[in-house]
Amino acid sequence: MSEIPGDLKFLKSHEWARVEDDGLVRVGISDHAQGQLGDLVYVELPEVGSAVKAGTGAAVVESVKAASDIYAPVSGEVVEVNELLNDKPEIINEDAFGDGWIFLVRPSDRAELDELLDANDYEALVENEDH
Amino acid sequence: MTDKTVLNATHRSLGARMVDFGGWDMPINYGSQIEEHHAVRRDAGMFDVSHMTVIDLHGARSREFLRHLLANSVDKLKVVGKALYSCMLNERGGVIDDLIVYYLGEEFFRLVVNAGTRAKDLAWIESQAKAFDVQMKERPEFAMIAVQGPNARTKVLGLLHEVDRPRIEKLGKFAAAAAQGPHGMPLFVARTGYTGEDGFEIIVPGEHVVALWEALAAAGVTPAGLGARDTLRLEAGMNLYGQDMDESVLPWEANLGWTIALDEGRAFIGRAALEQQKAAGVPRVMVGLVLDDKGVLRHGQKVLTAKGEGEILSGSFAPTLNKAVAFARIPAGEPGEVRVDIRGREVPVRLVKYPFVRDGKPCEGI
Repeated sequence: MSEIPGDLKFLKSHEWARVEDDGLVRVGISDHAQGQLGDLVYVELPEVGSAVKAGTGAAVVESVKAASDIYAPVSGEVVEVNELLNDKPEIINEDAFGDGWIFLVRPSDRAELDELLDANDYEALVENEDH
Repeated sequence: MTDKTVLNATHRSLGARMVDFGGWDMPINYGSQIEEHHAVRRDAGMFDVSHMTVIDLHGARSREFLRHLLANSVDKLKVVGKALYSCMLNERGGVIDDLIVYYLGEEFFRLVVNAGTRAKDLAWIESQAKAFDVQMKERPEFAMIAVQGPNARTKVLGLLHEVDRPRIEKLGKFAAAAAQGPHGMPLFVARTGYTGEDGFEIIVPGEHVVALWEALAAAGVTPAGLGARDTLRLEAGMNLYGQDMDESVLPWEANLGWTIALDEGRAFIGRAALEQQKAAGVPRVMVGLVLDDKGVLRHGQKVLTAKGEGEILSGSFAPTLNKAVAFARIPAGEPGEVRVDIRGREVPVRLVKYPFVRDGKPCEGI
């Protein structure tokens, strides 16, 4: 498994959030999650301009094995989606924490970020799952 | 308590993702299920199928017993080494299991049955065998590797003792023979499989299976997990027990009519129920579905037809086709426009004849 970047925050359901320099929040799924799902074949992206709510489904990823809802780590407006995933969902398998990001949110309540797990807590969670 | 095959440590050292499969700790993939799928369609892949159950039957009345036990007719097995696919039914005509039977001698037949149904199969066979004075012997000391793909046979042949090669090369489809493998290890080589590709399923004593696996890997055979095995057999139009049929389903409703031999005067278990349903009309049929839009057809999704609701049995993304396909069981009769409920969305699908893939290529109309 690849190293978990220290600047990420996580939901227990394996989504990550990264606060960019401009205050927008980038969202993806963890490397652990992509490994569990296996080869991804479709990603259902949210619409740009749509509202997402923290802890509720915003996107769907489908692997050969299963479909999985992607929850928004924070509430806000979707300002950009990773269109490359339409043709190449496997980017998430290849680079879950980087090029495999899924959508970008303008957060409406930054305090929600404090509710998320930090990288260490998330790593501990994943290790517990594995054993 | 999870069972492990002899190859368990080998899978783990290859970095396999392991899952519980019918009580067995098995590799679902070694990295990418899709790449493993393509390796089998385009070249050669190997699967550890040692979890499957090998049962030997001995006794003077073995053939007579199998005429009674199986819905397909063992009288089709005329040459030693020939194999037959059959269902084993209960009195109601429901499918207890599907299996392959090998004719190894007039007093010796071998069955290979599913892992998930092992206990009930053994109990059923034993209870039925008594009246025929047939001895049932499970062979847990055997391991099994399926080597599948257009280049699979050539790669296996290269590992056999040279005196065995011409004979195994000439082995017909659905036939088996003994041969010597690397370091003289004894092999039972069958030209069968569960992928729609040519290849062999090889039974080998457990103490030799790691060496055989390594020799196959050295010959360029790609390790493939149960994930790829599932998408390969689905594309090839092959049923999976427990998903496509079980004890509540008669073979007519699972497209297994081709395996039912209603030969004159043979009173096999379940025959009366089968004939009764056939005469009364089969209420449900199994069909192939293709989804041309984005999305994946999956087990348990609701299928909507003009005749009522059905459901997806086996369904998956099909790597060879780059779209989703499925088997579904729907009410008999003209189905009209068929839709599938995918996560609350009604998506139109096409009803097709399957297999979906043959000889590595999409079938016409898929």
